[in-house]
Amino acid sequence: MTRLLCMNRRNFLQASAAGALASVTPGLLSSRAYAQTALTIGFIYVGPKDDYGYNQAHAEGAAVVKALPGVTVIEEENVPETVDVQKTMESMINLDGASLLFPTSFGYFDPHMLAMAAKYPDIQFRHCGGLWQADKNPMNTGSYFGYIFQGQYLNGVAAGYASKSKKIGFVAAKPIPQVLQNINAFLLGARSVDPSITCQVIFTGEWSLAVKEAEATNALIDQGADVITCHVDSPKVVVETAAGRGAFICGYHADQSPLAPAKYLTGAEWAWGNVYSDFVKKAQAGEKLGNFVRGGLKDGFVKMSPLGPGVSEASRKTFEATLAQMKAGGFSVFKGPIKDNKGNIVVTADKSFAEDAIELESMNYLVEGVVGSTA
Amino acid sequence: MTAEINAPALSISPQGRALLRPALEWLARRAEPVVITLGAVLVGLALFSLFILAVGKSPADLYRFMYTGGFGSWFSIQNSLSRASPLLLTALCVALPARLGLVIIGGEGAVVLGGVAAAAIALPIVGLLPPIIVLVLMACAAMVIGGIWIGIAGFLRHYRGVNETISSLLLAYIAIALMNQFVEGLLRDPASLNKPSTKPLAHDYMLGNIPGMDVHWGLIIGIVACIVSWILIEMTSYGFAARIAGGNVRAAQIQGLPVGRLIAGFTAIAGSFAGLAGMIEVAAVQGSANASLAAGYGYTGILVAFLARHNPLAIIPVAILLGGINASGGLIQRRMGLPDATVLVLQGTLFIVILFGETFYGRFKIFNPDLWRRSA
Repeated sequence: MTRLLCMNRRNFLQASAAGALASVTPGLLSSRAYAQTALTIGFIYVGPKDDYGYNQAHAEGAAVVKALPGVTVIEEENVPETVDVQKTMESMINLDGASLLFPTSFGYFDPHMLAMAAKYPDIQFRHCGGLWQADKNPMNTGSYFGYIFQGQYLNGVAAGYASKSKKIGFVAAKPIPQVLQNINAFLLGARSVDPSITCQVIFTGEWSLAVKEAEATNALIDQGADVITCHVDSPKVVVETAAGRGAFICGYHADQSPLAPAKYLTGAEWAWGNVYSDFVKKAQAGEKLGNFVRGGLKDGFVKMSPLGPGVSEASRKTFEATLAQMKAGGFSVFKGPIKDNKGNIVVTADKSFAEDAIELESMNYLVEGVVGSTA
Repeated sequence: MTAEINAPALSISPQGRALLRPALEWLARRAEPVVITLGAVLVGLALFSLFILAVGKSPADLYRFMYTGGFGSWFSIQNSLSRASPLLLTALCVALPARLGLVIIGGEGAVVLGGVAAAAIALPIVGLLPPIIVLVLMACAAMVIGGIWIGIAGFLRHYRGVNETISSLLLAYIAIALMNQFVEGLLRDPASLNKPSTKPLAHDYMLGNIPGMDVHWGLIIGIVACIVSWILIEMTSYGFAARIAGGNVRAAQIQGLPVGRLIAGFTAIAGSFAGLAGMIEVAAVQGSANASLAAGYGYTGILVAFLARHNPLAIIPVAILLGGINASGGLIQRRMGLPDATVLVLQGTLFIVILFGETFYGRFKIFNPDLWRRSA
């Protein structure tokens, strides 16, 4: 029965502290009137807000917006990518008077957010994931995303210095372009320190599947990996399992250092607070919101966790130098020649991709040195 | 006791009593499940109120928000109905086998495979055939696959003695893995880069909304399925045989009832309803098959079926009630700052109290038809 209720939880239970709101709007139906004096902004998360991962990163961004004057923030968590999210958006619009919505999960875009955007043309929708296309999607919708593989490259640099076995490990959800970019960037970062390093990857097949994530982490460490990172919705299980086995950790999505302070090297984090604040300030000033917004370390969309105690002095120097180069712009993570792990040349010697290169968005290979397969 | 006091107060003629008697007997028989279930819901809400007080919030506010979010306006009602519609079909997937004494909890598997089958069969025929035919074929494919999937659990139960609860649950995991395999491989739309999906259905081929409402046709299909299932169980010899077999398999076998065929048939029908739910998710909501099909509707259906005591007609109000609780869950977290688990606690409390309420059947004389026969 426990199992049964756990399954229901994701579907059924959405909720958590929209604490500020409860105190700000005591009246039940005063929200319409309220909306005229304050901008009401809705955030929707696919998982729990305190998952130490994808959803927490967005909730931390929402918390930054909450502190801005003249803003009411409403939040709902554990909203599945079904008609539920459509109704959650409508409920925020109709019952709470929201005029700007941030549905943060990738699968919310099509068809759910697009359906609501067509139905409510006066409401602004901005979606996390970079799917918006000018010729296809309405102007009251838009996308924002960050080049977080830059952060995974820096994770790789720290991992390259920390690894004794010269084997590092990656727990990944699905072999899709965004994940492949991260795996490849992680290994390329490590190989920039020591070209003999290899990275074993295990795909769990799901965005959130704690048992498999733990098994994968253990399997990687059993095979000799001594630095682990991941791309799953909540890195908590991976981080705690790896730290329990004595491996170093590079974080992802949010700061997981509280889970393993001694073993945490650094982490690639989203900096959604900056992105959301920009959107909200524009909305308050009556300016047009961007439809296609993206950026990397340079633009403040992505940040690195503070370096942990396991990072050596040499490592710190290289890390900071690379970070400075990325922030200055012009540092290329994917710089030819690059071979995939089947021996084919995927980036020729004369090519070097900037972080916003369109070619990176359809990545379907693992680079040489990654042990694993995309299919 | 009450009856003895009440009966003389009904100062009606003997003839009137003769007419009233069957009505009272009928009422007494029918009132028992309604009163006990409602009583259990009230006790559950009372217990939940204590929980809300314990976390320092006002139960009055909570129930007010639940009403507003679930049923307080036309928008909220449509919100609840939208969320209820898949539950009607997935609850039938539990309720029908339950009448045969089988506990099937793997409806989720039939939902996801039904969705994949519907999307797969649509791929080659979209554009060649008119939308209505495509939709019918999608529904047929989904029902066949769903029926086979849950039918396997029934088959294993009868012919190999495998526990159907475990096998159906394990089959659900296999189904989800198969869905991922198809959606990320063979059936993947190459344009779906970061969210592997099948090729989306064109808008003309989607199952639209009920006219005048913001709820898709899945609601009507679900209600019709519940009514048809009720007729099947209560009004046909097939359903009667199933109920006998559910009451006592040995007795049914001694009577010469085809227990094996009944089990295979009922599990297949149950699975076909869950498969249909998957097709509706694809045709009315998602537009393509992808991992969002495994949204837990199959598991929530278990809760609905048990709360409805496996009565297909009772599934309709229970599904709408749970849809409403689900719809109001968002408002509760937005307005009251209560954590995600709050609605889970409410559902768990209701579930336990209603199951506990089962022990009260036959304990209240007032519901005994014999009492009314004597006194009236």
